[in-house]
Amino acid sequence: MIDLLQIITSGVAVGSSYALMALGMVLIYKASEVPNFVQGEMALLPVFMAYMLIYSYKQSVFTAFFGALAFAMLLGCFLEFAVVRRAKNPNILGLIIITIGLEMILLGFVSWKFGADQRVMPFPVSSYSSVMLGDVYISTLDLLTLVTALVIMISLFLFFRFSKLGVAMKATQQNETAARLMGIRTHRVKMITWGISATVGTVAGLLLAPVIMEPYMMWNPMLKGFAAAVIGGMTSLPGAVFGAYIVGIVEHLFGGYVSMDYKAVVAFAVIVIVLCIKPSGLFARHYVKKV
Amino acid sequence: MDMKRSYYEDVRLFSSGVTVFWFFLMIAALFFFPLVAGNYYVYMANYIAINLIVVVGLNLLVGYTGQISLGHAGFYAIGAYATISLMTLANFPFLPALICAGLIAGAFGFLLGLPALRLEGPYLAIATLGFGLTVTTIIGRIEMLGGRQGLHAPELIIMGATLETDLEFYYLVLAITLLLVVFARNITKTKVGRAFIAIRDAHIAAETMGVNLLLYKTLAFALSAFYAGVAGGLYAFVLRFIEPELFSMFLSIFFLTMAVAGGLGSMMGPIAGAILLSFLDLQLRNILSIPYIGAWLRELSASYFSLTGVSNIQYIVFGSILILIMLFEPLGLYGIWIRMKKYWKTWPF
Repeated sequence: MIDLLQIITSGVAVGSSYALMALGMVLIYKASEVPNFVQGEMALLPVFMAYMLIYSYKQSVFTAFFGALAFAMLLGCFLEFAVVRRAKNPNILGLIIITIGLEMILLGFVSWKFGADQRVMPFPVSSYSSVMLGDVYISTLDLLTLVTALVIMISLFLFFRFSKLGVAMKATQQNETAARLMGIRTHRVKMITWGISATVGTVAGLLLAPVIMEPYMMWNPMLKGFAAAVIGGMTSLPGAVFGAYIVGIVEHLFGGYVSMDYKAVVAFAVIVIVLCIKPSGLFARHYVKKV
Repeated sequence: MDMKRSYYEDVRLFSSGVTVFWFFLMIAALFFFPLVAGNYYVYMANYIAINLIVVVGLNLLVGYTGQISLGHAGFYAIGAYATISLMTLANFPFLPALICAGLIAGAFGFLLGLPALRLEGPYLAIATLGFGLTVTTIIGRIEMLGGRQGLHAPELIIMGATLETDLEFYYLVLAITLLLVVFARNITKTKVGRAFIAIRDAHIAAETMGVNLLLYKTLAFALSAFYAGVAGGLYAFVLRFIEPELFSMFLSIFFLTMAVAGGLGSMMGPIAGAILLSFLDLQLRNILSIPYIGAWLRELSASYFSLTGVSNIQYIVFGSILILIMLFEPLGLYGIWIRMKKYWKTWPF
C-alpha cells in the first residue's frame, strides 16, 4: 500500500512537469491550431540562457531565472511574429512542418553552442533531499515542481477568467473573425499567447534542469506533454492537466509493477487506446466537420 | 498547351517520345555511372537511392493520401531488422527475405492504419510518432535482435553470386529502385491512386462517392510501409551493421523533409528532393573539410560556438529548408520547376 502511494506520488510529481508542457501546447493549439512541436525547444533555449547568465556573466540564480522567463516570452512572440504568421494559406500539415523546422533550428543552435555534454543547473532547492508527507517520501524538487505547477494552473485560470487580455484570448480562440470585428487585434493576441506558452514551458524546463541538462532534455517532456494534451482533447486546459497526471501516474505504475524497460513508451500505448475509444480525446467538445 | 484529351493519355507512362528518349538516356547514364565515378560516389548513390525509395513511399501516404506520418523510421527499422533476422535465423535467401521484410513492415503499416482511420491532424501526428519511438525501444530490448549492440549483416548472395563491393550492390539497388518508382508512378494513375487523392482532397465527399475509406486508408499506410521496409532491408546491407539508435525520430523527420522539400503530391518532386537532400546530408556530415565554408565555420565555432557541436549544424540547415519551403514555395522543388517551365514557355509574355 505504501509502495503504491509512493509510486503514485512520484507519478504526480513527474506529471506536473508534463502538465506544464501540455498547458503550453494547448494554449498554442487553441490560438493557432497547430500542434506545437517547437514547445520543448522554446523552453530549451531560455534554460540554456539562464545557465549562461549564471556561469559566463556571474549573475545570481534568481536574476538568471527571471531573465530566462522574460527571454522566453520574447522568443515565443518572435517565433509567432516572424515565422508562423507568415505561412501562406497554411493547412495543418504545413504548420506541423513549420514547427518541426523551428524545433530543429533551435535544437541545432543549442547543441552547436553547448555541445552534447551533460550539465547540471545550480538550483536553490536540491533534488536529493526529501520530505516526508504522511507515509511517503517526496523530494523537495518534486514538491517544488508540484506546487509551481499548481500555482501556474491557478494563475492561468484566473488570467483567462478575469483579465481583459485573457478574455480577449478566449474570444480569439472561439471565433477569430467575430473577435476582430469586436475590435480585438487578434494577431497581437495570438503573438502574446505564444509568448505565454513559451514562458510556461520554460518554467517546466527550469524545474527539470537541476536533474540533467543537455540539448535533448526537453524531448521527452515535450512528447509526454503532447500525449497528455491529446488525451485531454487538445483544446481543453483542464483536460491537458488531467491527461498529464494520467500519463505520469500510468508511466510510474507501469515502471513499478510491470517493466522498467518499456516505461518510456507506455504513454503512447495509453494514447492509442484513448484515441481508439474517443478519437478526439477525453475532454474535447464534439464538433461536426463541415464538408 | 499540353491538355490531356483521353484517359489513356493520362495513364500513359511516358507523355511523348522525347520523354522516352530522356528516360532511356538517364537509365544508360545511371548504368555507366559507377564506371566513371569513384567508390565513395557509388556508396553515395546507394545511400541516395535508398532514401529515394522511402520518400517515394512516404509521398504516397503524405502527398497523395494526405495522412501525416512521423513514424517512418519505425517501418524502416522493421524492414532492416526483419531482412537480417530472416536471413540469419531462418536461412532465407536475400531477395525473398527482402520481400518478406517489406510485407512485414506493410503489415505493421496496416495495423497503424487502423487507428489512423479515426484520427487526423495532431492526433495522427502523435500516434505515428509514438509508433516510431515504440518500435525502436522494443527492438532495442529484444536480445535475439542484438539489443543495443546491434546486428551485423550476413553475406549477400544472390543466385549463387556473392555481392561484396558497393559497385555490385549498386546495380541491385538501382534495379529495385527503378521498379518501385515506376510501380508508385503507375499506382497513382489507377483507381487506387485516384481513391487516395480523393481521400486527401475531401474524405467525406470521397466516402459519399463510394470510396472505401477503410480499405484505401489502410492500403496507403501498408503500401508506404512496404516501401520503407524494403528500403530498410537494403540500408542494412549498405551499412552492414544496424543498431536501434540509427532509427531515431530525426530520421522520420528527415524523410519528411525530403518529401516536403521536393513537393508533396507530385511524382518527380520528392525524387528530386530525396536526391538533393541526401546529397546535402552526406556533405554536411563532413562540412569542416569543405574548402572556405569549413574554415569559416571553424573560426565561427571557435569564437562564438563550441567546436564539438558543429556536426549538429545539419539540424539548422534542414530546419531552415523546411521553413523556407513552407513559407515561400509550399509545392517545393516541383513548384519551382512548374513556375520556371511556365515562364520560359510563355516568354516573352
